[in-house]
Amino acid sequence: MSEVLLKAIEVTKRFGGLTANQDVSLEVYRGKTHAILGPNGAGKSTLINMLSGDLSVTSGAVILGDTDVTNRTPNQRSLMGIGRSYQKTNIFPEFTVLENCRLAAQSRDPRASAIFTNAQKHKAYLAHAERAISETGLSGYENRIASELSHGEQRQLELAIVLSTQPTVLLLDEPLAGMGSEESAQMIALLKKLVKTHGILLVEHDMEAVFSIADIITVMVNGTVVMTDLPEAVRASAEVQQAYFGH
Amino acid sequence: MDISIGPLLIQALNAIQYGLLLFLIASGLTLIFGVMGVINIAHGSFYMMGAYFAFTLTGLTGNFFIAVFIGAVLSVVVGLFLEWALFSHLYKRNHLEQVLLSYGLILIFEEIRSVTVGDSVHSVPIPSWLNFSIPLGEIMTYPFYRIFISLVCIVIAIALYILINKTRVGSMIRAGASNSGMAEILGVNIKIVNRLVFSLGVGLAAFAGMINAPASAVAPGMGMEVLIVSFVVVVIGGIGSVWGALFAAMVIAFADTFGSVFFPQVASMLTYIIMALVLLWRPDGLFKR
Amino acid sequence: MKPMTRNTYVYILWAVFFIALLLFPLLQLDFYSEMVSRIVILTLFAVSLDLLVGYTGLVSFGHAAWFGVGAYGFAILSTKYQVADSLWVTLPVSLIAAAVLSCIVGFFVLRTRGIYFIMVTLAFAQVFYFLVHDVPAIGGSTDGMNLYGRPTMNIAGWDVIDLENPLSMYYFILAGLFVSLIFLWAFLRSPLGRAIQGIKANEHRMLSVGFPVFKYKLIAFIVSSVLAAFAGYLFAVQSYGVNPELLSWHKSADALLMLILGGMGHLYGGIIGAFALVLLKELFMAYTDWWQMWLGTTIVLLVLFLPGGLVSVPHRLKTLLGRVS
Repeated sequence: MSEVLLKAIEVTKRFGGLTANQDVSLEVYRGKTHAILGPNGAGKSTLINMLSGDLSVTSGAVILGDTDVTNRTPNQRSLMGIGRSYQKTNIFPEFTVLENCRLAAQSRDPRASAIFTNAQKHKAYLAHAERAISETGLSGYENRIASELSHGEQRQLELAIVLSTQPTVLLLDEPLAGMGSEESAQMIALLKKLVKTHGILLVEHDMEAVFSIADIITVMVNGTVVMTDLPEAVRASAEVQQAYFGH
Repeated sequence: MDISIGPLLIQALNAIQYGLLLFLIASGLTLIFGVMGVINIAHGSFYMMGAYFAFTLTGLTGNFFIAVFIGAVLSVVVGLFLEWALFSHLYKRNHLEQVLLSYGLILIFEEIRSVTVGDSVHSVPIPSWLNFSIPLGEIMTYPFYRIFISLVCIVIAIALYILINKTRVGSMIRAGASNSGMAEILGVNIKIVNRLVFSLGVGLAAFAGMINAPASAVAPGMGMEVLIVSFVVVVIGGIGSVWGALFAAMVIAFADTFGSVFFPQVASMLTYIIMALVLLWRPDGLFKR
Repeated sequence: MKPMTRNTYVYILWAVFFIALLLFPLLQLDFYSEMVSRIVILTLFAVSLDLLVGYTGLVSFGHAAWFGVGAYGFAILSTKYQVADSLWVTLPVSLIAAAVLSCIVGFFVLRTRGIYFIMVTLAFAQVFYFLVHDVPAIGGSTDGMNLYGRPTMNIAGWDVIDLENPLSMYYFILAGLFVSLIFLWAFLRSPLGRAIQGIKANEHRMLSVGFPVFKYKLIAFIVSSVLAAFAGYLFAVQSYGVNPELLSWHKSADALLMLILGGMGHLYGGIIGAFALVLLKELFMAYTDWWQMWLGTTIVLLVLFLPGGLVSVPHRLKTLLGRVS
């Protein structure tokens, strides 16, 4: 019986006259990968933004575990276990790979009053950072400056930053974007491993990847959910074919 | 009843005049911020430049209106030159560099003023055909020239509205203010728009300085006083919003004018208190695009 | 993360700097000692702003207000109301006043960013300027106040340091800078300090990984204001006087100028900037009546061609020479 880690209940987002999301509901289960598919403009990023707190909801609720987090800020949600990666790489460009992850790890134990300590030598932060770095395949890159990494490596770093915060739920916005086939394969293998201990919500355009790792798929078109079902059912659905290719 | 309305009416007229002048200055500021993303703290110097143009050119030509016309043309030329020579290089730079470069300009302008016209306080005579007072009620009178200033400002405001909302140039400016990258892709020549907007801003500020010169003193430091209040107007109104600037300018003008009458101790603070309150509620300004 | 050799190089320069300043009074150039004291105070002022601008990424155009709070804090306590003239009272009170006031102002201004932040910090600083210009109750007047004496440093009847002695005052100011720099060095490498630098690097990311960004910005704002107030306190003490121009926007601009002259995000930039600004001003004022024109033009050229400040000169020379050879 899978535990529901994160739930969206009839979440709606309106920007003035434009409705980006209308009554979207979904659940993210521990041990399961829930993928969101949809053409551009379907409202997928808006949904993730509302789950992570980057955008407020117009109506509806976001529940993390047993707690209603609808009005919580992104940093509060992060501390409660949500980890969000961004479609547009969102790293600390001038810092090293290690510092990027160490800083993220520091958020779990801010120790703001420890004025006379050297944050960069603190073992606990470094341990979490090193683990995230090795998990995402960036071992050996610790002292490289983030802005000097290749695009694929930066996407790996993007995920490493999230993992450094030891989240329960992973909200991943196009983690494979711009990656070559080998890097994608590595990332997919990593996701398959991570899902055993986390719940994953994934927005991706790479169909092959999605169908190989998703346990549940939600299809969104024009801000609403068209269907939520097992991958085989989604693949076979005429409605989805229409929605995607009928445009 | 008649006696107490008089003074109130005078204050209201003063407030309207002040508000409209502030609007001219702030609208240029907010457009330059909104379209080019440049903060220019020398903007007050353009107001001062206008006043000094009015003074010297009226002295030279003997006619205030000719002076204003020539001054307006000169101001636009100065604006074009400054944009081409300096500000066009600042669009990609960070705000600190923009602040400092414009600070350097203030110093240069101050020196130019000091050397060419001197540091004393001057006045510009009101054109004789406008130099009379109209009665308000039974006892009080009000100088017509000040009403004339307000009327001229209203005409300019309307012209600005037409320019921005009803012309092709205006739509390019509005496009630039919402999203210059996109505007460029859509074929708007952003360089020309930038140059236009900058010169327009300079022209408006200078014109405000010119038209107001006969009604107040022409003195060193007049630029900075007006600049800081204009900043508050832009913060309250929202960057890029000309109508926000109008609304905010009027609010500030009325608060300041009536504040000086009824709460003199806190009058100078009132502007900033209002700003603080707006910041609590809408940190991006009331009408931000 | 700079390579080892650069760090050692920097430490050596710091040591040279402090030793030079320690030994300076031995040259018996009394007039210059006072000028050097002023520069040291300005350095502290510049460095305090660097914390905000260079390390947190917040460009404040109202930093002179905090300098003024420190200066007027001492003036009001010691001279206006003659409540206390002991350093043990006047200094903490001035610093706490700065902390409280900057907490309040920060609460408002930190809601904004970018151009708005620059404008609102300028606006709030003007409020403080008007207060010390117009409100007699806090010693406000156009001419400021003359102060009758320097604070006493008395413990159990014994004068630990006699600040009326110019040499003691000089060393006290130097010690003040030293202690502040040590504090800043520690602060910047502490978890809070690293987080603040993370905010400058990518504020959105910091929020998204769980940091209370507003709170941290407020702390940076308060710390930088308190350090500026310390500089102002030292100034009032040293100069035997305060005046409203200490809070003018020109002084706030000077602080930013020192940072761009010296280079931001390196503590030593503040020192270079302070010396450079004072020297430039002295130079221009000595040789021409049109010093504003010269200073203004220098600033314009500096921004256009050397925005990294004097600190960036060695690096740029290297690149230039690299291209030539």
